[in-house]
Amino acid sequence: MISRFKQTWAFVYRDYQLTRRYWSWVVVFTVYAVVSGASVALIGVASNDRKLTLTLTIGVLFWSVLSVLFNEIAMSIAFERWEGTLEYTFMAPVSRLIHLTGVSLYAAAYSTLRAIAVLGGLFLFLDLDFTGANLFGLLIVLVVSSLAFVGLGLIAAILPVMSPERGAEATNIFQSILLLVSGVYYPISVLPKWVQPFAALSPATYALNASRKLLGVETMTPDGKLIGQPLASVQSELVTLAALGLLLVPLGLWVFGMAERWAKRTGKLKRTG
Amino acid sequence: MSCLAIRVSQVKKVFRKRTGWWRGQSTEEWALKGVSFHLKQGEAYGLLGPNGSGKSTLIRVLSTLLVPDGGEVEVLGYKLPEQEAQVRERIGRVSVDAAFYKKLSARENLLYSAFLYGFDKAEAEKRAREILGRLGFPLRRFSDPLEEASRGMQQKVAIARALLLQPPLLLLDEPTTGLDPKSKREVQEFIEELRRESGTTILLTTHDMFEAERLCDRIGMLAHGSLVAEGSAEDLVRLAGGGTLEDAFIKLSGEKLTGEEEATAEGA
Ligand SMILES: Nc1ncnc2c1ncn2[C@@H]1O[C@H](COP(=O)(O)OP(=O)(O)OP(=O)(O)O)[C@@H](O)[C@H]1O
Ligand SMILES: [Mg+2]
Repeated sequence: MISRFKQTWAFVYRDYQLTRRYWSWVVVFTVYAVVSGASVALIGVASNDRKLTLTLTIGVLFWSVLSVLFNEIAMSIAFERWEGTLEYTFMAPVSRLIHLTGVSLYAAAYSTLRAIAVLGGLFLFLDLDFTGANLFGLLIVLVVSSLAFVGLGLIAAILPVMSPERGAEATNIFQSILLLVSGVYYPISVLPKWVQPFAALSPATYALNASRKLLGVETMTPDGKLIGQPLASVQSELVTLAALGLLLVPLGLWVFGMAERWAKRTGKLKRTG
Repeated sequence: MSCLAIRVSQVKKVFRKRTGWWRGQSTEEWALKGVSFHLKQGEAYGLLGPNGSGKSTLIRVLSTLLVPDGGEVEVLGYKLPEQEAQVRERIGRVSVDAAFYKKLSARENLLYSAFLYGFDKAEAEKRAREILGRLGFPLRRFSDPLEEASRGMQQKVAIARALLLQPPLLLLDEPTTGLDPKSKREVQEFIEELRRESGTTILLTTHDMFEAERLCDRIGMLAHGSLVAEGSAEDLVRLAGGGTLEDAFIKLSGEKLTGEEEATAEGA
């Protein structure tokens, strides 16, 4: 029996080395995330609206973690396609569960570190003060919603298994739709009526809802003091997020397995030779 | 265990390509049209055949990367595709395209692979250096990104990736293509040594007739997805009416072609 621990480590090791070798891209993407995040949050500063500024900032930070998590998982397969290593990973004696766990673990660590860097960067542009916010609660929401995003990442990761060219493109479309419908920077209510039902399907919607309550922007005092709500106030969001996670992760693994079997029947794994 | 290392019976593989916008329209490419053969444990078997004859497809079927559309496949006593997990633990494969993370070094690529198979870091690194050293890979470049390495050097790393795992069955798909004569000989000696010392079973495809003659106990000739001849190198030469193995290759793999062309001509 091959050690599961070592196999999981294989993916963490690989992805860490890839990050290291592509560090200049990491810097570029992080700077880009800081600058675009600051540009969004500064809209709030321009309207002299502390509530708006904080709402936008929390949106930037949550989206920073969740989108990177999603993207790392979804793109890890696309990346293997480009390099041609997918056949070797798929013929190794490693279960898809271990494979995707390893990838997700690294993605979680990476996205967390990146979000911290983005937060640090935002402090350069914004006068942020989170005193009064329920930071512990925010962390809990982030962790619980990560699970659902891992599931979404797994589902999106099948696209590159099925199509070498279109897969990565479709992944990006999927991600931008999530951004649109989840009310990352605005309340869902401003979306057209026909789009609003889709918001209910996105885990990010619940994560952002909960995060705003915990941050305390809704209940801010007139002189601008945050009054973060207790964790109990976001119970329904947490339950929904956990349920989505428990649904999406197994679903993701299942459809991934289906896609893999399909690719092996139709010869879609092959690159050359 | 006295079972065969590989038992393939009437295996078929078709690739369909959609041509029209609407379903129903597709072209079919039969890469394997009912191939049967077997390998005994410890045997070295060569698959020869023209480009596109189905050699790599057959190797992919045996490496659990393709599910056949018909026939039976057994590897080391395990049935495919049902027992693919057991098979995967026991096979190593080298393909012509040295597929790696090009930004990562030989060391990083090989360690990743070794961890997947449950090896210890120190043990894997030591073995990787040993093998690469023997194959003439410049060890000072062990930690440089592979994108900087030449094609032949990359191929050596690809060979090391499979040998590192010490599997009882090696599936070698043109392992020496792109190597210089000296490196080629090193690889061949290595393969012979593995057979001698570990009893490794080898399935090899190659376009190098000398390599096939040197390494293989038996040779199978594939043409257009069918096994058209099988036997020792001498058998094949005799079957083709004398000459060299290359003459036999051209004769045996060509006959089928004319036969098929006639058939389509008659049909038209
Ligand atoms: N994944 C795939 N999708 C579609 N067609 C494929 C696929 N793999 C192989 N084929 C087709 O199947 C046939 C056999 O290809 P294969 O790669 O097995 O040949 P080969 O004997 O290895 O040739 P070579 O000597 O050039 O390596 C070819 O016609 C090829 O185009
Ligand atoms: Mg081939």
